[in-house]
Amino acid sequence: MEFSPIVDAICEICPGSVLKQTDHHGTHEITVAAESFYEVMETLHGDEKCAFDMLTDIVGIDRLPRTPRFDLLYILLSSRDFTRLIVRLETDEGQDVPSVSSIWHSANWGEREVFDLLGIKFSNHPDLRRILTWENFEGHPLRKDFPLLGKDYDKPFDPTTIEDYC
Amino acid sequence: MTERKTITLNMGPHHPATHGVLRVILELDGETIVNATPHIGYLHRGIEKICENRNYQQIIPLTDRLDYAAASANNIGYCLTVEKLMGIEAPKRAQYLRVIMAELARIMGHHLWLGTHALDIGAMTVIFYAFRDREMIMDINEEISGYRLTPSFIRIGGVAQDATDEFIKKVRDFVKWFPKALEGYHTLLTKNKIWTTRTMNIGVISAEEALNYGLTGPSLRGSGVAYDVRKAFPYSSYNDFDFKIPIGENGDIYDRYLVRMEEFKQSIDIIGQAIENLPAGPVHTDNPWVANPTLPEVQNDISALIRRFMIHAKGTPVPKGELYSAVEGAKGELGFYLVGNGNEHPYRLKIRSSCFYLASALPRLLVGHMVADAVAIIGSIDVVLGEIDR
Repeated sequence: MEFSPIVDAICEICPGSVLKQTDHHGTHEITVAAESFYEVMETLHGDEKCAFDMLTDIVGIDRLPRTPRFDLLYILLSSRDFTRLIVRLETDEGQDVPSVSSIWHSANWGEREVFDLLGIKFSNHPDLRRILTWENFEGHPLRKDFPLLGKDYDKPFDPTTIEDYC
Repeated sequence: MTERKTITLNMGPHHPATHGVLRVILELDGETIVNATPHIGYLHRGIEKICENRNYQQIIPLTDRLDYAAASANNIGYCLTVEKLMGIEAPKRAQYLRVIMAELARIMGHHLWLGTHALDIGAMTVIFYAFRDREMIMDINEEISGYRLTPSFIRIGGVAQDATDEFIKKVRDFVKWFPKALEGYHTLLTKNKIWTTRTMNIGVISAEEALNYGLTGPSLRGSGVAYDVRKAFPYSSYNDFDFKIPIGENGDIYDRYLVRMEEFKQSIDIIGQAIENLPAGPVHTDNPWVANPTLPEVQNDISALIRRFMIHAKGTPVPKGELYSAVEGAKGELGFYLVGNGNEHPYRLKIRSSCFYLASALPRLLVGHMVADAVAIIGSIDVVLGEIDR
């Protein structure tokens, strides 16, 4: 798939949303503005020229001293000719990212994982709970300021403190 | 009229049919599932966090523990990602050996699936035959690497050691033997009336939905999408081999079963081609950043000794950069997103687990079916909890 028609299609619907285009070892990547992020994702899924019908994965990266603090990467795949596209979104702590789980179902768990491990909140997510750690876990393990051994690693695990643990 | 009440059934985490520690909370109306909530994380070891604090070589054995049923394929995915970022390539012979190991791992993973899936549905015999042949692959793994289940045989820049004559003989024997064994599996199940009744038109998912849920691997191909990373984004010399991608039509359990059964055949074909055309040459790149000095070099040259020590004690620095690279594991697309910052350990390594997204589709697959079908559906998407929880 040609790369430029995709960017053209996005620019047609949301002008000025593509901030940067790069090529990472053969995979195209676009950085999008936070304001028009949801519309860009909708275009990438629905537009004829793009047709990215699979969200392969969501990657969250903590770049601690930098502001905005986090990078969110959405790895998309088109089943028409198997092209990958990476959409990068920069976001900061306390900033809500619009959930794309209404576009791709796979974003449901992908976003839950990012929320659990990095603490990025997603607005309009149907079920934003922790997924890999337990409900009463404190902190977000993949943040760079989270210690490797955990915060209370030397204290015994006390299951009675877990409320609503069905 | 009395009010209809649903009851909640807690399946797992210690249920043998959940293939590990998957817990699914089923809400039942009579025997029909009206709602299903999978809970994961019981096997969470924080591999991604550990990776950020280990050097690149130390991560290889950790990747074995993702999909432990098909460990070699994970090693290849990780090593290829690092190699791409470093800009090095393994020699041809190493690439062929990697292909052999990956396909043997795929067959091993499918053996485990076949045996346990059939056992869940009630066919006792299959597991004995499947594990008999799986044992032969374990012997091959042991011959080349010393380990049976988690070989850790792949290295950054090549493989750990060259193939021995005994290894080549064992692989040849297996390639000769396996098609006959595969026929045996088919006679046990494919036209078995009980098997077809239990699997046909159960757990149906359309191609469009399967893509939307992020399914990959045999579970996606069962719905009729010919997406295979080995063909779509060839790596490790896969375009040298002649093989087909089997796809299904209906997207039910039976089609996913047939796709995996055909993959057995395609994998053994690839192994046959690779072992017969195994190129001569080295099995590790000579790039000094990753190549281990040989024993005579270490004994006679102080700089080689220092280099060996540096590679193992300090690790190999990897240049700045970011990269997504994926391989076809036994369960689907296994991807690694690597962020290097010039140090000896990754800044961030995200593992794209295929089973994670397969499990996320469980509510969609389970709702509307009977409790007994839940066991069949969980078996048919073939999840390994080591990869889901990481």
